Amino acid sequence: MAKITLDNLAHSYLPNPTSEDDYALKELNHDWVDGEAYALLGSSGCGKSTLLNIISGLLHPSQGRILFNDRDVTMAPTTQRNIAQVFQFPVVYDTMTVRDNLAFPLRNRGADPAYIKERVQQIAHMIGMEATLDRKARGLTADAKQKISLGRGMVREDVNALLFDEPLTVIDPHMKWELRTQLKSLHHEFGHTMIYVTHDQTEALTFADKVVVMYDGRVVQMGTPQELFERPEHTFVGYFIGSPGMNVLDATVNGDTAVVAGTQISLGKSFGTPGGKVEIGVRPEFTSLSDGNEGLPVTIKRVEDVGRHKIVRADFHGTEINVIAAEGESISPDMNRIVFDMAGVNIYADSWRVAPMVA
Amino acid sequence: MNKTVNQKAWFLILPVLVLVAFSAVIPLMTVVNYSVQDTFGNNQFFWAGLDWFRDLMSSERMWDALGRQIAFSAIILVIQIPLGVFVALNMPKKGFWASFCLILMSLPLLIPWNVVGTIWQIFGRVDIGLLGYTLDSFGIDYNYTQNFYAAWITVIVMDVWHWTSLVALLAYAGLQSIPDAYYQAAKIDQASRWKVFRFIELPKIMGVLMIAILLRFMDSFMIYTEPFVVTGGGPGNSTTFLSIDLVKMALGQFDLGPAAAFSIMYYLVILVISYVFYTVMTNLDKRDGH
Repeated sequence: MAKITLDNLAHSYLPNPTSEDDYALKELNHDWVDGEAYALLGSSGCGKSTLLNIISGLLHPSQGRILFNDRDVTMAPTTQRNIAQVFQFPVVYDTMTVRDNLAFPLRNRGADPAYIKERVQQIAHMIGMEATLDRKARGLTADAKQKISLGRGMVREDVNALLFDEPLTVIDPHMKWELRTQLKSLHHEFGHTMIYVTHDQTEALTFADKVVVMYDGRVVQMGTPQELFERPEHTFVGYFIGSPGMNVLDATVNGDTAVVAGTQISLGKSFGTPGGKVEIGVRPEFTSLSDGNEGLPVTIKRVEDVGRHKIVRADFHGTEINVIAAEGESISPDMNRIVFDMAGVNIYADSWRVAPMVA
Repeated sequence: MNKTVNQKAWFLILPVLVLVAFSAVIPLMTVVNYSVQDTFGNNQFFWAGLDWFRDLMSSERMWDALGRQIAFSAIILVIQIPLGVFVALNMPKKGFWASFCLILMSLPLLIPWNVVGTIWQIFGRVDIGLLGYTLDSFGIDYNYTQNFYAAWITVIVMDVWHWTSLVALLAYAGLQSIPDAYYQAAKIDQASRWKVFRFIELPKIMGVLMIAILLRFMDSFMIYTEPFVVTGGGPGNSTTFLSIDLVKMALGQFDLGPAAAFSIMYYLVILVISYVFYTVMTNLDKRDGH
């Protein structure tokens, strides 16, 4: 178990990167605290897997250092890092039995046979495969194979960190839930540092203590699920987390008033005069419809009933605004204005959040 | 569920039946026809029953040729399969050198059989051949027209040179299809190089390797041109393989009946060995799991 430090880390797949765009992973300084469960969230191609492979040593970074408990391991091979990693698609040794698959990492490290036997039994119980221990791994379903991969990742107790690279992609939905719960209880039991890569926000938010959101090779925000929801530091976090994502509108801001396409909105707090491309971001949860004269004039395009609540899709000068309305709420044709709850309004300059001035 | 009965569907497979009839069944039947008759020329045939087959069974000449043939196929398989896999494992995975190696490896496969024979025939000659002359100047008694071992070694080395590429290319294709994640997982699991080969690479290329073994077995079992050009079956009968013997019998001595019986036996042997081999291999594959 270890604290993992990324120091000035960056990686490019090109031999001679020149501009910042050449980097798959842009300069990054970060500490992964020992024993915490992190989720690394982001869309495909944002550098999540690159970062994971650098930590496990499958890839050597173009610049910067990586430290395990303050020991420099930047150039150390995977075998010396004592890391467990589970990949997106199941990797099993076809010709071996399930038992031998699970025992493989321990045997290669010369563990005591009695201990291996006991530990394999324990892991088999955890992944629910005790009955199939003596079958060959070949011919099992993708689900079962991925469970073996997970089991092989968890079989060593002394690993520095457990890395998961979208491990539940091929698993059935009901099994996903179960395995995620097991991973979580495993984390509580052994306190490994865990890093879980995913592009599924539900998976990230339920699994992790801290969620790290990546965008375009950069970490844009790290925080608890609540922080990500209430105070997205970057418009991407706003879009990406939440269903539907945050409404983002072009605006001009001066002090405590914002002007959105000619309509004035009082913000209640002063934001100074942010420069660059200024936007106002409000989650659909903090947006409501009104039939008064206040707020932004919109046309309602359609209403989607998703069961727990309704999603109202409205059009505001060509920009879509989503509103979440309670299930019982009636929506009348007169409602052609939307108003924002000021507690949920964030101001962005060049995509980054502007903090309100303390009065 | 009631199936629709429509006998007209048979017409759909008629073209295939006709094609197979002309390409395989009818020629084979003419051979069967010869094998049960005797002729003294003039296109006159007499019924001979199974006499030719009985003769064949007690023919020392046939058994010797069969023995040599089996020995030859066994030796080249034992050399070419591991060597081909070894070469494939050490070929570059991508980039300029990968293409270079692929082209280099394909070259022997593109050379016509009789040319391969001629190349080695000249290459091995003691008077003008590079190989023969060099060996001779080192004082090694190498003369494939007179020495039994020299003849066998030449024929085997020639076949290895000609066909190892095929095994290597097939194995290479199999290796290329293994996803990176397997090698990464092996690193994470701290597997040794040998274990990576034994538990990842070998199982993954088993399918193509099986095809390689089958192809090489069938091909080598029918080998004719190269040894015919190089040694002509000699010295003595030492490199007279089944097909060389068959041609001598059918076209040299014009013994149509015995040669036809020989052909049928030859065909059945290849068929049976290939079938047994294929069944064993696929069962090995399926035995576990279910």
